[in-house]
Amino acid sequence: MIVAQLEGQPFVRWDWVFDHLDDIWAATAEHLVLTGIALGLGLVISVALSLVARRYRRTYAPITWVTGILYTIPSLALFSLLVPITGLSILTAEIGLVSYTLLILIRNIVAGLDGVSPAIKEAAQGMGYSRRRILLEIEIPLALPVIIAGIRIASVTTIGLVTVAALIGKGGLGFFILQGLRRFFTTEIVVGAVGSVLLAVAIDALLVVAERALTPWTRTKATL
Amino acid sequence: MDAYQSDALMDFVTEVIEFFATASNWSGTGGIVERTLEHIGLSAFSMGIASAIAIPPALYLGHTGRGGLLAVSIVNIGRAIPSFAIVALALPISINLGLGLGFWPTFLALVVLALPPMFTNTFTGIREVDANTVEAARGMGMKEREILLGIEMPLAAPVILAAVRVTAVQVVATATLGAWVAWGGLGRYILDGFSQRDNVEVFVGGALVGLLAIGTDLVFSLIERRAVPAGLSRRTAVRSKVRTRGQIPV
Repeated sequence: MIVAQLEGQPFVRWDWVFDHLDDIWAATAEHLVLTGIALGLGLVISVALSLVARRYRRTYAPITWVTGILYTIPSLALFSLLVPITGLSILTAEIGLVSYTLLILIRNIVAGLDGVSPAIKEAAQGMGYSRRRILLEIEIPLALPVIIAGIRIASVTTIGLVTVAALIGKGGLGFFILQGLRRFFTTEIVVGAVGSVLLAVAIDALLVVAERALTPWTRTKATL
Repeated sequence: MDAYQSDALMDFVTEVIEFFATASNWSGTGGIVERTLEHIGLSAFSMGIASAIAIPPALYLGHTGRGGLLAVSIVNIGRAIPSFAIVALALPISINLGLGLGFWPTFLALVVLALPPMFTNTFTGIREVDANTVEAARGMGMKEREILLGIEMPLAAPVILAAVRVTAVQVVATATLGAWVAWGGLGRYILDGFSQRDNVEVFVGGALVGLLAIGTDLVFSLIERRAVPAGLSRRTAVRSKVRTRGQIPV
């Protein structure tokens, strides 16, 4: 009976889409907020851990080992392990989402900073730059392309994972996917899926633009 | 944490231990053993089919050097489409094909999900084989087919096996979502736990899925280490790069 109901309907009912633009917009906003919080917190934690790993090289292996295990645990499994403790809450969703950004971000931050030419750092040192100034004014700006590459991967994956958080009640556009499954209504599944892909593409494009604006020197080659 | 909360937590831990200590939860229909085997079985089957579809063209294109852009775009698109969306979209497609609920939509979704990382990593692995080595083989009069099977494939083995590992973990993780399209597997515990507001069952499901994913990663890492040609063993930096290339947490 349910199956027949699904067979009869068109793949996308556009009238439903236009009737629910407000809901779609609200879900998109929620999706962005969840992604933004995860990336923001993830970035803060990753920068801190990367600096520790660079200062004390021996900590790098254990840091990537632990974040690697977090990365391997399926998001739904992690959410399920957290639900008894933190409930069906935004906190549960964010703990999961943040933990998946760590491995990607830390790897890229460390690789980016390590990639800065020692000659440049030595020159800065010779000019009397302090360690802190070398980090902030030399290393981080020069590592930006690699760091932003990491942020791009992390943001696209986070946007995808937010849809899974719909299963614990906090999923932005993933809510439509879940509702579509419950009601056997393809339109809602498509809205959730396409919306989430479009969001990922848009954020990725935005980050590319941001990278270009922040690292104008990488473009000089092209203009010559 | 106040006294009430710590009591509640202790009760919860006791209940989880009781769940695992109860023999009837392990055996029979819907028991841990059956669901785990179901989960592993479908994951392995999907991986097998996806490998059979993705690896041969990736080997061929990697050998000829064509299709680089395709490889990059496939993995990027694959990353942008959420696994949950793939599972959900597989349902109406499966029903329209007359395949119904449960097994087939889950299988379809897992194969679709496994194709991009398998293809792209195999392709890249073959491309990354030292061009001089391939030239030397050609100079020795080896046929293209022999070069691919005898030189490039063994040298790319670490990358290809890493791709299998990374993809297998993703497939095991996503098979959990099969419960939402009426399939079984370990995701059942989580779905049933959610609908009955039974946190013990949710937690048990999460723990089993997490352990299975980590176990899959471990088993395939061991195979990877065994299968690497002796001449390559330590000096390949390729292996470590693969982890983030194409791997998507799901």
